[in-house]
Amino acid sequence: VTEKNVVTAIHDTLHAEMVADDRVVVLGEDIATRGGVFRVTQGFLDEFGEQRVIDTPLAEGGIVGIAVGMALHGLLPVAEIEFADFIHPAYDQMVSEVSRMRYRSNGDFGLPMVVRAPWGGGVHGALYHSQSIEATYGHIPGIKVVVPGTPYDASGMLRAAIKDPDPVLFLEHKRTYRLIKGDVPDEPFEVPIGKADVKREGDDLTAIAYGLALHLCLEAAARLEEEEGISVEVVDVRTISPLDKQTILASVVKTGKALVVYEDNRTYGAGAEIAATIAEEALFDLDAPVARMGGPDVPAMGFATSLEHAFMPNADTVADRMLELARF
Amino acid sequence: MYRTMVTARLIDEASFRLNRQGKAPFVVPVSGHEGCQVGTGWPLRPRQDIWVPYYRDVVIVLLAGMTPYEIFLGLFAKADDPSSGGRQMPSHWGSRRLGIISHSSPIATQVPHAAGIAWAARYRGEDAVVGCWFGEGATSEGGWHEGMNFAGIHKLPVVFVCENNRYAISVAQPLQMAIENVADRAPGYGFPGVVVDGNDVLACYAAMRTAVERARAGEGPTLIEAKTYRYFPHTSDDDDRSYRTREEVEAAKHDDSIARFAETLKDRGVMDAAAIDAVWAETKADVDGQIDQAWNAADPEPSSLERHVYFEGDGA
Repeated sequence: VTEKNVVTAIHDTLHAEMVADDRVVVLGEDIATRGGVFRVTQGFLDEFGEQRVIDTPLAEGGIVGIAVGMALHGLLPVAEIEFADFIHPAYDQMVSEVSRMRYRSNGDFGLPMVVRAPWGGGVHGALYHSQSIEATYGHIPGIKVVVPGTPYDASGMLRAAIKDPDPVLFLEHKRTYRLIKGDVPDEPFEVPIGKADVKREGDDLTAIAYGLALHLCLEAAARLEEEEGISVEVVDVRTISPLDKQTILASVVKTGKALVVYEDNRTYGAGAEIAATIAEEALFDLDAPVARMGGPDVPAMGFATSLEHAFMPNADTVADRMLELARF
Repeated sequence: MYRTMVTARLIDEASFRLNRQGKAPFVVPVSGHEGCQVGTGWPLRPRQDIWVPYYRDVVIVLLAGMTPYEIFLGLFAKADDPSSGGRQMPSHWGSRRLGIISHSSPIATQVPHAAGIAWAARYRGEDAVVGCWFGEGATSEGGWHEGMNFAGIHKLPVVFVCENNRYAISVAQPLQMAIENVADRAPGYGFPGVVVDGNDVLACYAAMRTAVERARAGEGPTLIEAKTYRYFPHTSDDDDRSYRTREEVEAAKHDDSIARFAETLKDRGVMDAAAIDAVWAETKADVDGQIDQAWNAADPEPSSLERHVYFEGDGA
């Protein structure tokens, strides 16, 4: 077991999988010579060579489309979109090709491929280096969308994603990259895709979150326990699609109150689906209306610190909302 | 070669007949393109090379090994349709067994796939060459540029074939691009572009053979532009009278690749008129015989709608 931050856990896992299986190739902008703008693939070019570590032209649709071709012909491509904000040109490939290759061929073709993308705010990324894209792709059957929030989950879920016979959109919250540290086993292990995780046990209410918001919830929950004696259970969604309704509902049934926290624009965000699921399937176990915290419905967060803070949730605002819900 | 062209033409004629009878809701015709398809498909090796076609490529999939029966299963959207089990519109080809890559309706999305497959084939040490077909309208799409560019940078073993029939549904070539020849775009990607008469089977064959040899030798891609014409509307749902005169269409039919190739075969003493007539008669009987068989095949089970969204285990 070694303590690592999220970006190191991802680097080490990807490295280990490339050593273990020569079908794994990585491609994307600045990933070879530069080693990735976040250094996820640092040193890979020297070790694995240019047939497996590919600096692509600046064309996201092409990156995903080329990865599709590789996956169709025996490779296990792990494509990097430099920032999730830049995946939009690849939307056609993701929706028209990646998500439905298996479906449209009636199971004849599959696409064992991973698209990695750093997402989320809190790093002065402004409008085009801060976006949340999980709801956009969570809406598309055929693509699995994962949002690990800890070094352990990032490592185990990346390995699971590479081994998955279906395409996985692997979203890495860039604020967590160096902020969040934790123990990661030195031996290969997998964390299953499609399973949420109770990161903190509690009785009074359930907070449901992922990515950076998970850590805000954990911080707020610890504070409320200490200052108010309120016991908050925190569920880490981990996989946006397919959503683990069972774990979420079991927690909400236990506590009777649910707060969904997400960074994306509130309207039609992934939290909306979670809130709807709770309302549909656990209404008579609820002691309060389902509560939701999401970003404001403006196009994206601003560059100025004040504007970024006004967009993002933080431990204070989350704690306030938790307290309000606990006292309902 | 000739028999394959005739097969495609007769499949087309039968498909439109079935469309008028209400048995085939949607038909994508090939007629007019048989010559450029048979010429550019012939140098590839079935089940060894990879076929990345688009929806007009009836001859291409016949060369890859799909049978008329299987094509009619697709036309009737039957459960055993090898391309999609009746999920996709007809002429959206695919068969892993035959190395025909499944494609969608959006245009040119398959071009980066062809480049990625070629990368994988070379990485795996195979000598496979990828053939990738599209119309001239596809060359306006960003995905076309991205696939061509990547293939050129890395000298990948792929041949791009543009079946230029001068119309993308209704939009004529002068409104699609400012240049006369699509092939002129190839030097911008660092590989040769070749213009051929798409109705001259042997010219198409020669251009493709050279391109395939070049690709297999590691010298990189070629863009072949085959100038041709489609005789029917874009699909059975299109009305081409709104954008093409009947005179133009009739004039184009005087340069039919099938008729031209028949003359070549007669001139060179390969086949006489009787043998050519026999090909038509035999093929018609063969194609028509496969229609009924396909028509009587089972429809997809409604409950199968939810299958194959994700992997269901080996052999599923």
